[in-house]
Amino acid sequence: MLSDVVQQAVEAQRKSEKRRGMIFTSFGALLAAYFILDIMTGPSMIDASSVIYALLEWVGLPFQVDASTQVIVSNLRLPIALMAIFVGGSLGMGGAEMQTLLNNSMASPYTLGMAAAAGFGAALMLYTGSLGIDSNLAVPIGAFVFCMISACFLFALASVRHIGSGQLILAGIALLFLFQSLLSLVQFVSSPELSQQILFWLFGSLSKATWTNLAITATVVMVSLFLLLQDSWKLTALKLGEERAKSLGVNIVKLRLKTLLIVAVMTATVTSFVGIIGFIGIVSPNIAKILVGEDQRFFLPLSFLIGAFLLSTASVLSKVIVPGALFPIGIVTAIIGVPFFFWLIIAKRR
Amino acid sequence: MFEVSQLSQAHDSVPQRNQLQVNNLNVRLGDLVLARDISFQLQPGQVNVILGPNGTGKSTLLKTLFGDIKTVSGEIQYGNNVLSGKSLIEWRTKFGYMPQDIHLDVNMTVIEVVLLGRLDALSMRIETKMLQEALSILKSIGLEHLASRDVRTLSGGQCQMILFAQALMRCPEILMLDEPVSALDLHYQHVLLNHLVTQTKKQNYTTLMVLHDLNLAAQYADNLLILKQGELRAFGSPKELLTSELIHELYHVEADVLTDENGTPFVRTRRPSAA
Repeated sequence: MLSDVVQQAVEAQRKSEKRRGMIFTSFGALLAAYFILDIMTGPSMIDASSVIYALLEWVGLPFQVDASTQVIVSNLRLPIALMAIFVGGSLGMGGAEMQTLLNNSMASPYTLGMAAAAGFGAALMLYTGSLGIDSNLAVPIGAFVFCMISACFLFALASVRHIGSGQLILAGIALLFLFQSLLSLVQFVSSPELSQQILFWLFGSLSKATWTNLAITATVVMVSLFLLLQDSWKLTALKLGEERAKSLGVNIVKLRLKTLLIVAVMTATVTSFVGIIGFIGIVSPNIAKILVGEDQRFFLPLSFLIGAFLLSTASVLSKVIVPGALFPIGIVTAIIGVPFFFWLIIAKRR
Repeated sequence: MFEVSQLSQAHDSVPQRNQLQVNNLNVRLGDLVLARDISFQLQPGQVNVILGPNGTGKSTLLKTLFGDIKTVSGEIQYGNNVLSGKSLIEWRTKFGYMPQDIHLDVNMTVIEVVLLGRLDALSMRIETKMLQEALSILKSIGLEHLASRDVRTLSGGQCQMILFAQALMRCPEILMLDEPVSALDLHYQHVLLNHLVTQTKKQNYTTLMVLHDLNLAAQYADNLLILKQGELRAFGSPKELLTSELIHELYHVEADVLTDENGTPFVRTRRPSAA
């Protein structure tokens, strides 16, 4: 009799794991479809089968498409489409871990000022004429450095024993205001042309994707995902509250610093290549939480997938809103993100 | 019929454990003295209950033993291990510590919360063995039917029982519980404490908990640690220590201490006369 109850509970657990696995797989499939759609759309539309054949030919399988299609697919659109996946994924993951760490569903690298700091770094580089270095290199470096500076400030706070998550959020918001003001200051003292250039950088754009920065982004994001998954049970325990996680033997300060460092490097890398893309970082983990709960084994990878899916969607939209022109993707994400956001605020959870 | 883990436990001899030793412990928070020159030794296999008025340093003492509050001076020793900042994480692996707060607001099931008690042993796929272990603990406190429930749908008392199960899941050597029955009904108060006493003897745990109910303390404790304003006022068996005088000294309440047929003291308090 007793073992029946045990058996049932074990089965129930397995069933719920399977259900969450299915949700994960469905989003994977959805993402794959949007990835193809993303490559299809552009100034010249390519049909789905040609895209698939071109991709298969590109990876070395015996398929044949005409040369111009192949060039458009593999040289022009593939890096952008892949960039959308990795950038979107990293934004989703960064938001997920910030929300876990700070136990607040409104936290993300964006709301904690990391993105604003990156924007200021980029603007400063543009303003100073890139310090004599090639601006394609200098601007991302400036963004990366300032993003890390703001993260370092958060590290310093996070390593203080008595600083709780509430104070960290407040400090992050203060940083956001600081860097936004500094950014405005740079724009204020810049010439109109330069100011416009800064504004364009801030909008965020995937079209800066090249195979080189894609490779860097993909590596950083995948290594981060791997490292974060190593700590998935500790991060899950953190959701029970810091006191309780501590009572379960989790080294809170170490876990906080490690996770913050990973998220900071990831955010800095991504932001320095594509500019500021908001909302995805906040929205994706919230959707993931509703779908699979807060077990990090599912929550983290699903936040990645949803982020990637949202940015791929935004990428498609940015190309079709004004036919023939590229709408800044940073603007599109906010516009598609806002309805989600309101839904999250209004919808009664559980 | 027994569960696997219970069966194996039944066959094992009682594990050998060390004693927990506290020497001249002083803890301060600014000017506030939280512990003054506290010394005691706790033997494995015994249930020790901390009693004392509110704000007298009971939770602080548990937190200090867990290494969460820095000491001004004094030594905390378990076997050959001395508590220090460097070995803190290793020190904590020996503890099943259940803090006072029983609030659980997280999208997880009961069994997942219990499993987190042993998070170091969890891998990407939860082993069936671990699930069974968590379930056998839930079953031993009569809560296996809650296993698949979302913890946010539980009552405060149910949460408290689940967190007790989580502390047991850690396979601790030292079990520290901060007011473990504060939200429990009469039935579960006795379920929890009875299980605690049984497991303490069987697993040779060193158990230390904070209680407020003097009668529960008298029924379940081997030893009482009476704290008063950060000092260890008395250490001994309930029979020796529970007197009308002590109760009045601690709580300023008049009480009769009687004895039941087993020789266990029981306390009946008197309503204060109208001023």
